[in-house]
Amino acid sequence: MDFEPTEDRRMLAETLRRYLAEQYEIEHRTTVAYDAPWYDPEKWDELAELGVLYALAPEDHGGFGGSGFDIATVFEELGRALCPEPILPQLLAVRLLMAAGQELEPLLSGASRFAVGIGETDAPYALEEITAEAIEENGTWQISGRKSVVYGAGAADTLLIAARHSKGLGLFSVAAEDAEITPYGMIDGGCAGEVFLDQAPGILLFDEADAALQDALDWGALALSAEAVGAMDAAAEMLLDYLKTRQQFGRPIGTFQALQHRAVELKVEIEQARSITIHAAASMGTPDQSRACSMAKNLIGRAAKLVAEETIQMQGGIAMTWEYPASHYAKRLIMIDHQLGDTEFHLERVMVALA
Amino acid sequence: MDLSYSPEEQAFQEEVRSFLAAELPAEITQKVRAHTELTKDDMERWHAILNGKGWLAGPWPKAFGGQGWGPVEQHIFEEECCRAHAPRIVPFGLKMLAPVLMKFGSEAQQAEYLPRILDGRDWWCQGYSEPGAGSDLASLKTRAVRDGEDYVVNGQKTWTTLGQHANRIFCLVRTSTEGKPQEGISFLLVDLDTPGIEMRPIRLIEGGYEVNEVFFTDVRVPAENLVGEENMGWTVAKYLLLHERTNIAGVGFSIEALDQVKTLARQMIRGGKPLIQNPLFAAKLAEIEIDLEAMKLTNLRMLANAQKHGSPGPETSMLKIKGTVIRQAINDLARRALGPAAAPFPSEALEGNAALVPDEHAHHAASYFNNRKISIYGGSNEIQKNILAKGMFS
Repeated sequence: MDFEPTEDRRMLAETLRRYLAEQYEIEHRTTVAYDAPWYDPEKWDELAELGVLYALAPEDHGGFGGSGFDIATVFEELGRALCPEPILPQLLAVRLLMAAGQELEPLLSGASRFAVGIGETDAPYALEEITAEAIEENGTWQISGRKSVVYGAGAADTLLIAARHSKGLGLFSVAAEDAEITPYGMIDGGCAGEVFLDQAPGILLFDEADAALQDALDWGALALSAEAVGAMDAAAEMLLDYLKTRQQFGRPIGTFQALQHRAVELKVEIEQARSITIHAAASMGTPDQSRACSMAKNLIGRAAKLVAEETIQMQGGIAMTWEYPASHYAKRLIMIDHQLGDTEFHLERVMVALA
Repeated sequence: MDLSYSPEEQAFQEEVRSFLAAELPAEITQKVRAHTELTKDDMERWHAILNGKGWLAGPWPKAFGGQGWGPVEQHIFEEECCRAHAPRIVPFGLKMLAPVLMKFGSEAQQAEYLPRILDGRDWWCQGYSEPGAGSDLASLKTRAVRDGEDYVVNGQKTWTTLGQHANRIFCLVRTSTEGKPQEGISFLLVDLDTPGIEMRPIRLIEGGYEVNEVFFTDVRVPAENLVGEENMGWTVAKYLLLHERTNIAGVGFSIEALDQVKTLARQMIRGGKPLIQNPLFAAKLAEIEIDLEAMKLTNLRMLANAQKHGSPGPETSMLKIKGTVIRQAINDLARRALGPAAAPFPSEALEGNAALVPDEHAHHAASYFNNRKISIYGGSNEIQKNILAKGMFS
């Protein structure tokens, strides 16, 4: 048994960590993440040059990674730096285009940016409830409907849209210019958008897309879990530092046992979160993939909420301010639970698997 | 045991309800419902309406222009105001400074300031916390040095809520470094127009501005602005904090917020059905409903106790702890109910067909983050636990 990362992945993590620490400091992040276009196109190019996107796909598809542990490595570092670049939608697109046997190069080089429209206002998470429609006429497809809170929608040139047709749930590629998109910034930084399709021309990638979509969502859940682990580590480090240095009643507040115990509880939960994420990463590509990803996303949802709330409470007023990074970590940690299925959604999936 | 209000109290409740129904402006309730920031004008307008009825300072003794309400009447008034989506009364002058002036102020100070608080000429803010003195308030360092007929004040205050609207600030300042830290503190009234004062806004986690830092550089304050005796400010401060803790349970806010979650959970669709039919969500909702039901009674029991014995005691710490935890749990549920629709930044006004949820529900994530403050301010819940523990173990 060996829990050490491989040499390649250790180097990937280090390179990415150093780049983000030097080039994506928290002050820069806070500036770009909350103002249109809610990410930094220059940094996007630099990250692509570093090969971050190539790490999302396996070698036989033109990448140099693509395993569960590669994805976990990349997103853990992104989470540690609270990086708002729209890399998650790119990962979902990699999985979908791979399954469809499409060329990945424009996507892996960063030249082409994708957004994936699955969730709808009345069907935020579950594939079965999707209502967007695709109609074929004279060999061409037309897509209609609304996709809600589509991550990276404002930045994308290509949309992958899940829509129903007469025989099932299909997946279509739609040029962003053929859709009406209302982009907006998110409360925790980064961009999303409302996507309106009115008989938009689409290219059919799958006529039965259920399995490919579920696979992409699993990978997304893994990525978000790893992102949360990185963010929790950083938030907890900040807290520990504060508890050791903040003086009240003539001594560092970290000398109070009541606070020490609470800091220890966070440590325990973060290690649990790391473990379930490793479990999910190891399960990718196995029959247990979906269940493992739901287990991870559920545990992450609980742990991240605890870390967010407790780091604010223990640091007090200062952590309520925009200026102090702890507040932004807390927001990201909470809002991860609003992406690709929340704690309850994934709990239900694990519950169903019990029966 | 009788859990119902007396006939007089019931009549008062009816009177409050019909007053609110008739007098509370719809433009204002709309903002309160949607958690849109109220302007200074909105707040002053509501104060003036209440003052016209004589209810702005209901708990003040009649001699000072109030109604002499007891804890139960106060509670009825506040709960009805919450249910009607009235703005909360800005407490700094009316509920914090005024009781202090009545108890410790000179007749001249009472005559000068109380009428100005009532008619809105003065907007007070609070200068208590400092960057180095939060939970350990007694360690505060802002100095006031006597020089002839003045004090000269130097230092920094922080977390000054709505200071941007204020023209005056009441401060705790250090007038002596002898003895225990508590023994060298004084309570000082300062005109914010005095040269040497700078107020800087602090942006909060969700992006809004409601608190400020206040910097004092060689600010000359007339010695007659001292409230109580020099170096007795800690006694004054503790008295004020006790008053800050009435209505600390925020039961009215919780009742209202829980109703809002229920409405929302009937609108949001999950798994093809209203979210409120989802057993996992409904279980959480029901648990909070149970906690809140108990909280209502805990609150009333302590009110009845305060009514009987005069002033509220240390048990109000219990109301602060449980009341804030319940409010935060409701905020948590509200943002969860939104699912991905909680994502947009609060200022992203997604209008028309781009709107994700009805306006009155668009604020839930922001409110959740902003209300992390309620277990921190006014004496953090950790400090409240210390107060309770001291009573239980001494």
